[in-house]
Amino acid sequence: MSRAPITGSFSLTRNLMGQLVFVGADGTAHEGVTPVRAFALTAPDAGISLMSSESKELQWIDSLDSLPENERHLITEALAQHEFMPIIRRILSVSSFATPSTWQVETDRGATALILKSEDDIRRLKSPGGLLIADGNGLHFMIRDRRDLDAHSQRILKRFL
Amino acid sequence: MTATDTLPEGWQTALPPLNAGEILLAWLELDLDANLNFRTSLVALTNQRILTATESWPLTATAHLHHVDHAGVGMLELDDGEKLLARWRYTLGRNPAALQFEREFNRQRDSQASGLPPPAPVAASCPICQLPIPADEEDCPNCARELHTPPSTWTLLRLWRFAQPYKGMLLAGFLLTLAATAATLVPPYLTMPLMDEVLIPYQNGKPIDTTKVAWLLSGLLGAAVFAWALGWARTYILALVSERIGADLRTATYEHLLKLSLEYFGGKRTGDLLARIGTETDRINVFLSLHLLDFATDILMITMTAVILFTINPWLALVTLIPLPIIGWLIHMVRDKLRTGFEQIDRVWAEVTSVLADTIPGIRVVKAFAQEAREAQRFREANKHNLEVNDRLNRVWSLFAPTVGLLTEIGVLVVWIFGIWLIAHDRITVGVLTAFLAYISRFYMRLDSMSRIVSTTQKAAAGAKRIFDILDHVSSVPDPVKPVALPPLKGGIKIENVHFRYGNRAILRGIDLDIQPGEMIGLVGHSGSGKSTLVNLICRFYDVSEGGIRVEGVDLRSVAVADYRKHIGLVLQEPFLFFGTIAENIAYGKPDATRAEIVAAARAAHAHEFILRQPYGYDSLVGERGQSLSGGERQRISIARALLIDPKILILDEATSAVDTETEYEIQSALNNLIRGRTTIAIAHRLSTLRRADRLVVMDRGRIVEIGNHDELMAREDHYYRLYMAQSKQLDELPALGMEAGMENEVVA
Ligand SMILES: Nc1ncnc2c1ncn2[C@@H]1O[C@H](COP(=O)(O)OP(=O)(O)O)[C@@H](O)[C@H]1O
Ligand SMILES: [Mg+2]
Repeated sequence: MSRAPITGSFSLTRNLMGQLVFVGADGTAHEGVTPVRAFALTAPDAGISLMSSESKELQWIDSLDSLPENERHLITEALAQHEFMPIIRRILSVSSFATPSTWQVETDRGATALILKSEDDIRRLKSPGGLLIADGNGLHFMIRDRRDLDAHSQRILKRFL
Repeated sequence: MTATDTLPEGWQTALPPLNAGEILLAWLELDLDANLNFRTSLVALTNQRILTATESWPLTATAHLHHVDHAGVGMLELDDGEKLLARWRYTLGRNPAALQFEREFNRQRDSQASGLPPPAPVAASCPICQLPIPADEEDCPNCARELHTPPSTWTLLRLWRFAQPYKGMLLAGFLLTLAATAATLVPPYLTMPLMDEVLIPYQNGKPIDTTKVAWLLSGLLGAAVFAWALGWARTYILALVSERIGADLRTATYEHLLKLSLEYFGGKRTGDLLARIGTETDRINVFLSLHLLDFATDILMITMTAVILFTINPWLALVTLIPLPIIGWLIHMVRDKLRTGFEQIDRVWAEVTSVLADTIPGIRVVKAFAQEAREAQRFREANKHNLEVNDRLNRVWSLFAPTVGLLTEIGVLVVWIFGIWLIAHDRITVGVLTAFLAYISRFYMRLDSMSRIVSTTQKAAAGAKRIFDILDHVSSVPDPVKPVALPPLKGGIKIENVHFRYGNRAILRGIDLDIQPGEMIGLVGHSGSGKSTLVNLICRFYDVSEGGIRVEGVDLRSVAVADYRKHIGLVLQEPFLFFGTIAENIAYGKPDATRAEIVAAARAAHAHEFILRQPYGYDSLVGERGQSLSGGERQRISIARALLIDPKILILDEATSAVDTETEYEIQSALNNLIRGRTTIAIAHRLSTLRRADRLVVMDRGRIVEIGNHDELMAREDHYYRLYMAQSKQLDELPALGMEAGMENEVVA
């Protein structure tokens, strides 16, 4: 069943519990709203949906730019709180070239270690050179373009591709 | 426990000093900060407050700690019922510790609120599954899974495990190789006397000594014949052995693969697994039977030749052997490059197979959407990728072989130069030089072929690695080391606080359900609410992330998987029929079933009549995907299959969704017999299917929201009521389904 996207006007506030409160065109307030990106990898900014705590879509937002300052700020903030996809800048070392292998990496969020359980956990993205690496604990690491990594990292990475 | 010295290494000074009488109870090492950067910090719980390095919050009665996770990040939130006080984040690796922390917090707060001393902590229990941990073990035996032990690089040596049963034959093969190699080294040796004692004296005017010539020539012939016979015997024996090793390897891999959990298959592509078990075991096989054998021969030949050369003339021998270290160095240089290259080729090859394995089963969809061209393009691209990787590798490889050839030629040249010089100075005879040249031509030929082994060894090693990847994979639903014998099942199932996660997505969040023996439970809820997942856990296709499931008081994780599954009959929405006859398919879970049993099961599943309409009745063949049967017919066969094993626990996961209403009605009436005497868990989209359920369990987003029978739940006018109304409304709108609507009325009545 497809419904037309819900695009009317709405307002967002943050309550004391730190939750987002959504008031839509019909005036009812929903607490605990979460914004999610529809195309988290290929077009992160193109479509954002506000979901109620019951996982129902409350609002579809084509583009953040069209929103008033307050709403835009709250959504961006909530997205930042919600999203966690460290971007690998450098691969310092790997425990072995056979999986499972523990990688010491430097990311935009600081240095950490990840466990690659199998080569199949490296997913090629549509964007050229882009990779998504799922680690053993469920975190996803991204490499924007592997050709931009330094030679050492590239050499390591190549062994797994 | 009063001081902070029980804190983990490096954290002893991280907290402010504690008050008098304050006891440190729990702590959690966080690895993310508020801005989601990787940074460690500590949050601790005492009997008075929660504290971090800079802040603290008292344990008031209204304080509430709660935990959520999303996309691999866990979060603990502290609030006072009105206002959020603090929020801590960590990666999911620390989730068990966080849950432990949360539990400890709740215990403390409740005791403060009630004024009673906190209940003594239960004997050490696993933070993940909450099973008690045996006193003599540190980690929970159920949950301790080795996440990372990389297979050793000497993968090929591990093949020894498979070679061991053939030790005797291998030894025989080796001895034959030794003898055969020795025999091939005789002829050049005989050229020496032939030159020095026959031909050169003849040139100097002496007549030829015919008896000597006859002796020498028959020696040559004898050695050749001997080498031929020995060579034949050893090739035969070793080929025999390697063929068997290959077969054992293939079988072992397949057997192991079958034991792996659904999780493993979910993450792998069929084509890749096919390639591993088919192509790579074969490659290892060829390596063992041809290349390894050649290699052993080469090594023997080279050592023996070297020894002979040295005994004839050490100086000339030394010169002859000069290129050897250079070649050794070259081999070493190239090896690493080649190995990774071959690993890459294998992966790309699996990609090519995967395209096939994806497309062929889906061929109807491909054709229906006229996407043949695109699929062809996908295949072409996979092939192109294959070519690219091969090209890259061949660049290295193609340089390598000619280089070895060049070195060989230079080596021979050097021997000529040095040999002539030695003859000129009367240090050696012409015969010695001839013998040397004869030997080194063999010698270098061997070196050349030995350099080739680099490539095949690397190929085999890469293959072996991918095989051992499967063999080393520990099932994520492992059989316990010391399985508990399963008592006779009555059919009761106790589900306690079960949480489950696929990767980083939480699917079930705290399910509690006590299923009585012989009860029929109807699981209902929106699609995606976790019904199938719960059933998968009950079948132990996956293991729970937290909590536990018990049958007859025994945790599922402590019994042997196959033992338990014998008692489960499972019917899925998409029935899978194997290639074979209908009878074989029905008897799949009990191959020794009698014909009478098969027919009885088919009758009970209302499959008997349509089976008789098939050309050969129960002996009719059904295709790989049961193409010749309709969805409802296939479904009834799979129901019969589940019934034949007379399971204690019957699970129907949308088993009747694919059948038409009339058939469903038939199955419904059969269900009456089916559920008698066994515990039944039925998931059905059409609520009418579940009217015989003793209890309906309504699930919503991974939680149980309502339990009760139809009337109770209707009276509550909540979740179930809404689901039910939505369906009957739809049915009213669809007059064509009058039959179904009729059934609905029956339910209401
Ligand atoms: N193998 C899997 N890997 C990841 N997520 C899964 C897998 N199987 C099911 N899910 C997700 O789990 C949730 C519950 O699925 P399921 O138990 O099949 O629901 P249903 O109640 O319809 O049977 C769904 O959101 C689904 O997307
Ligand atoms: Mg389902």
